[in-house]
Amino acid sequence: MRTAGIKPALALLFRNRLAGLGAIVLSLVVAICLMAPLLPVPDPDVTDPANRLLRPLAKGHLLGTDHLGRDLLARLIWGTLLSLAVGISASIIAAVVGSGIGITAGYFGGRTDNFIMRGVDMLMAFPYILLALAIVAVLGPGLLNALYAVAVVNIPFFARNIRGATVSIAHREFVDAARLSGMGDWRIVWHEILPNVLPVIAIAMSTTVGWMILETAGLSFLGLGSQPPQADLGSMLGEGRKLLISAPHASIVPGAMIFVIVMSINLLGDGVRDALDPRLRSGALSRPAPVTRIERTKIANLAPSDHLLSVNGLATHFEVGERVYKAVGGVDLAINPGECLGIIGESGSGKSVTALSLLGLVASPPGVIKAGSVHLNGEDLLAADYETLRVVRGGKVAYIFQDPLATLHPLYTIGVQLAEAIRCHRPLSAQEAHNEAIDLLSRVQIPNAAARSRNYPHEMSGGMRQRVGIAMALANDPELIIADEPTTALDVTVQAQILALLDGLRHERNLALIFITHDFGVVAQMCDQVAVMYAGRIVETGTTTEILSDPAHPYTARLMQCVPELGGGRRTLMSIPGLPPALDDLPTGCAFAERCDRARNDCSEAPLDLAAITKSRSVRCLYPGEAA
Amino acid sequence: MQAYVLRRLLAVVPVLLGLTVIVFLIMTLIPGDPATAILGSYATPENVDRLNKQLGLDKPLVQQYFIWLGNLLQGDFGRSYSLNRPVLDEVMERFSATLILAGTSLLLCTLWGVLIGIWTAARQYGWVDKILTLVVLVGLSVPSFWLGLLLILAFAVQLRWLPASGMFAVYGGGDLADLLKHLVLPAVTLSVVATGVIARLTRSAMLEVLRQDFIRTARAKGVSELKVLYGHAFKAALVTIIPVIGVQAGFVLGGAVYIETVFQWPGVGRMLVQAISQRDILLVQGGVIVVAASYVLFNLLADLAQSWLDPRIKT
Repeated sequence: MRTAGIKPALALLFRNRLAGLGAIVLSLVVAICLMAPLLPVPDPDVTDPANRLLRPLAKGHLLGTDHLGRDLLARLIWGTLLSLAVGISASIIAAVVGSGIGITAGYFGGRTDNFIMRGVDMLMAFPYILLALAIVAVLGPGLLNALYAVAVVNIPFFARNIRGATVSIAHREFVDAARLSGMGDWRIVWHEILPNVLPVIAIAMSTTVGWMILETAGLSFLGLGSQPPQADLGSMLGEGRKLLISAPHASIVPGAMIFVIVMSINLLGDGVRDALDPRLRSGALSRPAPVTRIERTKIANLAPSDHLLSVNGLATHFEVGERVYKAVGGVDLAINPGECLGIIGESGSGKSVTALSLLGLVASPPGVIKAGSVHLNGEDLLAADYETLRVVRGGKVAYIFQDPLATLHPLYTIGVQLAEAIRCHRPLSAQEAHNEAIDLLSRVQIPNAAARSRNYPHEMSGGMRQRVGIAMALANDPELIIADEPTTALDVTVQAQILALLDGLRHERNLALIFITHDFGVVAQMCDQVAVMYAGRIVETGTTTEILSDPAHPYTARLMQCVPELGGGRRTLMSIPGLPPALDDLPTGCAFAERCDRARNDCSEAPLDLAAITKSRSVRCLYPGEAA
Repeated sequence: MQAYVLRRLLAVVPVLLGLTVIVFLIMTLIPGDPATAILGSYATPENVDRLNKQLGLDKPLVQQYFIWLGNLLQGDFGRSYSLNRPVLDEVMERFSATLILAGTSLLLCTLWGVLIGIWTAARQYGWVDKILTLVVLVGLSVPSFWLGLLLILAFAVQLRWLPASGMFAVYGGGDLADLLKHLVLPAVTLSVVATGVIARLTRSAMLEVLRQDFIRTARAKGVSELKVLYGHAFKAALVTIIPVIGVQAGFVLGGAVYIETVFQWPGVGRMLVQAISQRDILLVQGGVIVVAASYVLFNLLADLAQSWLDPRIKT
């Protein structure tokens, strides 16, 4: 388990050029320091008052000399060696002791854990440089004491991190198995726990070693670390500082060296951390752009239609690394005012991505719209600039999302969020918008609207929150509402109320409604037209009555059998055997063929078209309707 | 809400007590005879004896602690032998100078850190992000005491724009303008590292928030991108940023030790360094307790600000 992913991690590390640079600089510095005794430089401690404070590039002294005439280059090399040794020793001490404490607390848990972590929290309540100072104050100035002080103040950091990592594995199966097999606690810690928390320790060390070098140098700079004649970079800087104006090089050079070391360690450390963080590798930490990226290669050039909204050949892909997931693979839709169009399919069939693509709301990266057009009142929204699109969003076209706890902002009251939706599109005063927001709330049948408007989303029930979601969609009297599984997260009675509310509003305002669901029961209740989606494409479309009474595509038929029929009991409830095909590896022919009991050889041979079978119906199947 | 504030205030008491325990333990760990350590090696034996009795060192440790704590609570932090004045008087005088410096730095690093974090998050992987991320890493890697020297060389020695050291000009200074002029270089130097930390955290918090569903909702209702960033995303990210600002108060208070030394700022940090060199242990102890206690209070403020911002925090 541990070795899995080391190769891609290494690849990522080397692809990161800055981390590579850090590694090169650091190894160069370390190599020079280790070769110090062999290098042709003068003794760093030999004074030569006649040649004091020589400038850099002086004869025989590449970096000049200090106030006692000692060669700065030699002192720099030896000082660097000392600083590195001290910093690394401190971080090893902190890592060993801190990890020991953390593993003990995390593994034994309970009172031990409580007691140890309280102590650690206490130590963390100190500004940690101050704690180091207090320790040095007690032990007395000196390089070794500074080393101890810096190590001690970093112990809590390690203890806390390693404890967290230990707790997460202390009760996993393999640890329990070891315990049952009679292994003693310490052997389990040594053989099972430690190997698994090592990466965490490595990350913690790579992020702190730079700090510890800085801190020990800092203490020496203050005169509390290394004492003359011994000099690390910090004390060189401290001595040089007294001659800042007459001989600036004496302080600039050692400081620059500290900077170079710490910077290269940090670059390398960042590279290590990025390489070990799985979220970065998957691109899950990417920021979604305000509009989905559009790279259309094919745009259907159609005569302008008189539909309110018409979608032609829409294709949306997710590009993750080298893989391309064809979430939506060429979808056509059309809707007129007052109509309700249902889009139905399993999860992963591309229905939500289709809906989000219409206004460029698919997260990008990784989403890219590769083809097609979305015409609203004759204007192609995929060709529109950001401002045009923004005005359409929430203006002419509004969304209702599935889970209103996640989709409403947790830190604003619902009144404020509604008022904002209004003021994005109309120049109202805050007070007017607020009054209108309360109006909207009562229109979606929220009792005590004025008082409720001061609630935060987490203070409301799921049904009430979804009413808020609907109110928000209605805020600017849109022509089209796209409802993406608006009732899925709700229980059945609330679901019925919400559906009734939506249906009422639609008739009252002559709204067009695109209703996305996986539930044929909901489709039957709400929709005039249905489009059935499978693996990113529409496989069947037609009027709701026709499709419900006589499904032509075998997938539609199967999907309908998944719905229990109230009071009927004539059908057996069935699930569809098999899984939908992987979207990054779609078959050439019919995507459903694998799971279809009607499939024949020719089904998988060539791409299928969505063919009209009557005036109002189309189906993407070579042998439609036979089992219906 | 009020219950939460009260609980949070009460929770500070054990932390402060724990802090005194740690300071007390560190100070009693002094190798050899504490009285000699406090008075220095030139102390006469009579003085050492007197101090030992005065400090109650013949009593058990726990009893010693409570006597010591009782004195602290009455404002008796002992007497500084190197300055020959009460520790508390000296510390409080110095602490005001440190607060001015650290407070200014905290404001600077919060402002810049947050702005850089938002900019880099908004332009993730763009050139602004790449350059600023590198700049932030430079800020995190540069030794602040060295940076201070460079700034003195550039702005005080070469350009002569700003004074190199001190809090006020020796002659004719003393007003606010004079203070501000002296404050610029040390405050900027002190804020660099904390700016880096806050910028990094803000960037990752913003990226985390920008992937949330409620950001998509904001975009879907037509909120402009500027408001999505600064209104919706930043407000949500602030919940994670505020505690880190509290922690940075500790870095800034601690880092003041270096900066005050470099710029000869008459604060607690410089006092501590001098007191350590002179082995004035009581003065060190007083300084550490006061600064650490103020850090605890900074964190308390951060917690309260967070709960005020986030209505979900009630426990």
